Amino acid sequence: MFDDFFIRALVAGIGIAFVTGPLGCFVVWRRLSYFGDTLAHSALLGVTIAYTLEFNIAVSIFITSSIIALILVKLEKKTNLPGDALLGLLAHSSLAVGLVAIGFLTFIRFDIMGLLFGDILAVTTDDLLTIWIGGALILLVLKLIWKPLFASTVNYELAEAEGLNPDRAKAIFTILIAGIIAISIKMVGLLLITGMLIIPTAMARNLSDNPQKMVIFSIIGGLLSVFIGLFSSLEFNTPSGPSIVAAALVLFIFSLFKIKQTIQLKN
Amino acid sequence: MSTENNILVKLNGVGLKQNEKWLVKGVSLKVEKGKIVTLIGPNGSGKSTTAKIALGIYKNIEGQVEKFTNNIGYVPQKISIDWTLPLRVKDFMLLTDNLKDDALDEALTLTGVKHLKDKNLGNLSGGEFQRVLLARAISKKPELLVLDEPVQGVDFTGEIALYELIKKISEKLNCGILLISHDLHTVMTATDHVVCLNGHVCCSGSPKDVARNNEYKALFGEQASQTLSVYEHKHDHEHSNDGEIKKN
Repeated sequence: MFDDFFIRALVAGIGIAFVTGPLGCFVVWRRLSYFGDTLAHSALLGVTIAYTLEFNIAVSIFITSSIIALILVKLEKKTNLPGDALLGLLAHSSLAVGLVAIGFLTFIRFDIMGLLFGDILAVTTDDLLTIWIGGALILLVLKLIWKPLFASTVNYELAEAEGLNPDRAKAIFTILIAGIIAISIKMVGLLLITGMLIIPTAMARNLSDNPQKMVIFSIIGGLLSVFIGLFSSLEFNTPSGPSIVAAALVLFIFSLFKIKQTIQLKN
Repeated sequence: MSTENNILVKLNGVGLKQNEKWLVKGVSLKVEKGKIVTLIGPNGSGKSTTAKIALGIYKNIEGQVEKFTNNIGYVPQKISIDWTLPLRVKDFMLLTDNLKDDALDEALTLTGVKHLKDKNLGNLSGGEFQRVLLARAISKKPELLVLDEPVQGVDFTGEIALYELIKKISEKLNCGILLISHDLHTVMTATDHVVCLNGHVCCSGSPKDVARNNEYKALFGEQASQTLSVYEHKHDHEHSNDGEIKKN
């Protein structure tokens, strides 16, 4: 059944959408979209390391992104630069270093476009395993830290005062973001992973009045984007990442009409 | 009654320094089961800071905090909910604890906002939100309640009712309460122990003792103490403008 590349891509995309839905909500709630972007940019460095050392790509990206996240935390404490400047610094320098490193690896032929924007032809059966096992792990851990993470997202001091240990939850959540980037890079591409995290969630925000609903709509939005994106990618021979993200954008635009309705009702 | 076993939280000479400036210094106090301890003092005197130190929110403090319970309810002074997070009153009530629906209803009924249960948090008025905050803190039947100006923005009759409720809760649950308040009149009638702060502990004791204290008068004016006291005694230090202590 998994012989067909398109079926593989579809199964991979479904797995990714289930994880980006809930994670994306926290990324939006905690205002971490540029943070996610920075980790995604550093993934290229992870890819080159994986090729150089002949190592598993997903694991390599996961480790690289986690290290970049750690460096960011250290820099925030040690310098007087604002957070967004540090994010830009790390995002672009790690992307640049990754591209330079690729230049040196002349013995390997890289599909740079595939890395940046995703490639459905590249999804192997092994990748499916990585996505579904990795994805299940991410969701399991997210469920375990849900309470403290959510409480501290609403109000850090309340969570800390009532003994929920929000700092630990935050650190674990950072690792989970590195995880989703690692498993979805082949499919969505490193420049567009944050789009997959944020746009279905933004759509869900327009449709929901409580957090549970927002998570569910976010997953549904991600699934629809994957379906529509992949079919049009096949039909029009466009790269998979941009097709999925563009589909998510269309869904977001539709969701704006719902807001307009509610606002009119209120007035 | 006042044995060591009844102590819920004990601060031992705690202080916090931020940007080379002491926010509070050398504060010692304890909260016991069934007792209400009130912190009073002018703006910037370190009341909220002291409460947060007691709660363990600040990490790099001077002195020791001994906590003997983990079942704590907290009403912070300021809380802003982001519009990006859609949150109903009932979602907010379950924030730190998994409560049964009737425990939740009970608390909301006590603070008079049960009808708002399905409302979005962003649509509440200041007073309504304050009542929800208080309901959330008491719904888990805590052993220690820390209330940082819990009735701010609540209408006058509601204010009195809520203070009565706080008193009732402390008796019913036998929980200790650390209260921060600006409403001196209510404080003086409902409190077991008053701590008057101004960067350090100016004076402390029963409401009557504190009302008689000269430092208290200097901080809050003659009127504030007149209802309860005519007694005066000499005090051993004064404050300069920046809050530092000047010895006489």
